[in-house]
Amino acid sequence: MNPSTLEIPVEIPADARNPVEPFLRMDRMPHIWCPACGIGTTVNCFTRALLDSKVDLDKVAVVSGIGCTGRVAGYANLDSFHTTHGRAIPFATGLKLANPELQVVVYSGDGDLFAIGGNHFIHAARRNMDLKVICVNNLTYAMTGGQTAPTTPDHVISATSPYGVFEPSFNLVALAEAAGAAYVARWTTYHVKQLSRSMEEMLHKKGFCFIEVLSPCPTLYQRRNKMGEGLDAMKFYKQVSKVRNGAPTSECALTKSGEIVVGKFVDRDRPDYLNLLRTQMTESLGDRYAEPEVSCSC
Amino acid sequence: MHADPKGVLTGVHFLDGDHACCEGTLAAGARFAAGYPITPSTEVVERFAWRIPTVGGIFIQMEDELAASIAIQGAVWGGAKAFTVTSGPGFSLMMEHIGYAAMTETPCVFVNVQRGGPSTGLPTLPAQADMMQAKWGSHGDYGIIALCPNSPQECFDLTITGFNLSEEFRVPVMLMLDECVGHMTEKVVIPAAEQIEVTPRRQTKLPPEEFHLFEPREDLVPDMVKAGDGYRFHVTGLTHDHRGYPSMNVETQDEQVRRLQDKLKPLSNGRAICETENLDDADVVVVSYGITSRVAQRALQLARARGIRAGKFRIISAWPFPEQRIRDLAGRVKAFVVPEINLGQMVHEVARAAAGKAAVIPVSHAGGSVHNPELILKAIEEAAR
Repeated sequence: MNPSTLEIPVEIPADARNPVEPFLRMDRMPHIWCPACGIGTTVNCFTRALLDSKVDLDKVAVVSGIGCTGRVAGYANLDSFHTTHGRAIPFATGLKLANPELQVVVYSGDGDLFAIGGNHFIHAARRNMDLKVICVNNLTYAMTGGQTAPTTPDHVISATSPYGVFEPSFNLVALAEAAGAAYVARWTTYHVKQLSRSMEEMLHKKGFCFIEVLSPCPTLYQRRNKMGEGLDAMKFYKQVSKVRNGAPTSECALTKSGEIVVGKFVDRDRPDYLNLLRTQMTESLGDRYAEPEVSCSC
Repeated sequence: MHADPKGVLTGVHFLDGDHACCEGTLAAGARFAAGYPITPSTEVVERFAWRIPTVGGIFIQMEDELAASIAIQGAVWGGAKAFTVTSGPGFSLMMEHIGYAAMTETPCVFVNVQRGGPSTGLPTLPAQADMMQAKWGSHGDYGIIALCPNSPQECFDLTITGFNLSEEFRVPVMLMLDECVGHMTEKVVIPAAEQIEVTPRRQTKLPPEEFHLFEPREDLVPDMVKAGDGYRFHVTGLTHDHRGYPSMNVETQDEQVRRLQDKLKPLSNGRAICETENLDDADVVVVSYGITSRVAQRALQLARARGIRAGKFRIISAWPFPEQRIRDLAGRVKAFVVPEINLGQMVHEVARAAAGKAAVIPVSHAGGSVHNPELILKAIEEAAR
């Protein structure tokens, strides 16, 4: 790419502010993400979704695990938790149950949510815990140097698969649907408008919601696999993505260079965990059931 | 403040240690528990699951101990008092989150009903072999509090103490039961709610713009807030500054990690919880804790009957180790006899505190039962010689 194409020919006033700044901890900038990494794009979409959804930001909490995407919590100007590797979902479960008025968003990566944390994902989906899970899927463990993840497609070269990946990978959207998620969608960082809209829709949806966002890792995935730079990833997403809302998730598996099916695949109503709890206890205990007051005033 | 009467089952009961511990959590104000079944600890949360829907709270059975030990911390940041319960293998799985609670200064309680180990070991039989793990099990330097009840009554009382200390110091507290104490049934007196002191959360009075989540007060412990109150705070397991922001430098690391230990100093000195008997004229002191202290009691009676000046030192707060108390005694007694159901754990702490000024004699036991009192008596007799 010619560096001159990045030059912006207009004068930007010194006091100009990006409209998403109030949603970010500007005192923590610059962030740690590489140039052309897609995580920042997803954060931008998320802030737009928060803005458009008109939710009370004091009642939104972001919970992340460990990894590049795990750092999102630290940049969000919200109550935010950077937890342990793989355990964002069970932490979020406790937070939500103690304080159900919170909108709890789990924002983490594919390795964190589906390898070390895979068990928690399927159980939270099974329970239909009212959590909004955003998985930035860069198909690799980026923070640790580009090792094979359970999402890394066949034949890809990684730091721990120097001769190419041969393990079958997870189809995350099919997994989410099978485990019971109420809402399942997939976009890429090329689809910023659609992603923002999906995130906004999810913020208004009750129950366990899941959005997978395919996001480039130019430094550790593309470079090693001779897939070009950041802009090439956008061109690739544009070329191979196909919007198929309502597509059977079993047909949405990803390969190294094949079609990427994007869209909203699942949007169904199931009673969420707290609803089920209340129903069961009222049925069994009648008037003796006391509504949970978990958060102490002390 | 006083306990909330909703959770207090005032009266005289006949309970085992696990059930009494559960009543302690309710009296202390716990309204959230997450657990995963494991013998011999499960009865604590079984009772909680039975009791909590009429008290007003939540029990959730998680998919594993990793989940249970972090779900409680999510609940704490949501404003709850919360705990989990486990034994041996589950305790091993919880180690990372004990470190997370220490690093993020999340007040919470871990009940460990100890069984024989290592690995799956003796699921239904007693041991006291997790004592060092309780202190050192997670990586890095940090401080925790561990309490060792020796009866169902103490399981109730010390559970409340544990929650209170956890709130005061913002640390994870371990309640180190053992299979015997957990499963023995005795009289348990639960007082009226207004007779139970409960330590409230260290809720800040500062407005969001003046508040920093990890800025310590005079006692080295920072005040707290909960999610949803508009403070827009950040919590991380990374080394962090007083705002809670990651700070990868030597100075922050030094300041933070030292403080995590230093804030607990009062408990290793003046505020250590111990029970003593016949120390005034003692030549030999038996140092014990948990179920072993009750076996040692018999050995002490037999020793006195034989004219040996033997005294009792029962450790109740095992971590921070009550080293000042042992050090003071070391100068004037001949020997410490330390029976424990492990191959030698707290005995090393006794030896360290005694610093060569008194003999230190371990009476080890690999686990699966309590000691024969004769074995402890023999050690007392040899020490007195």
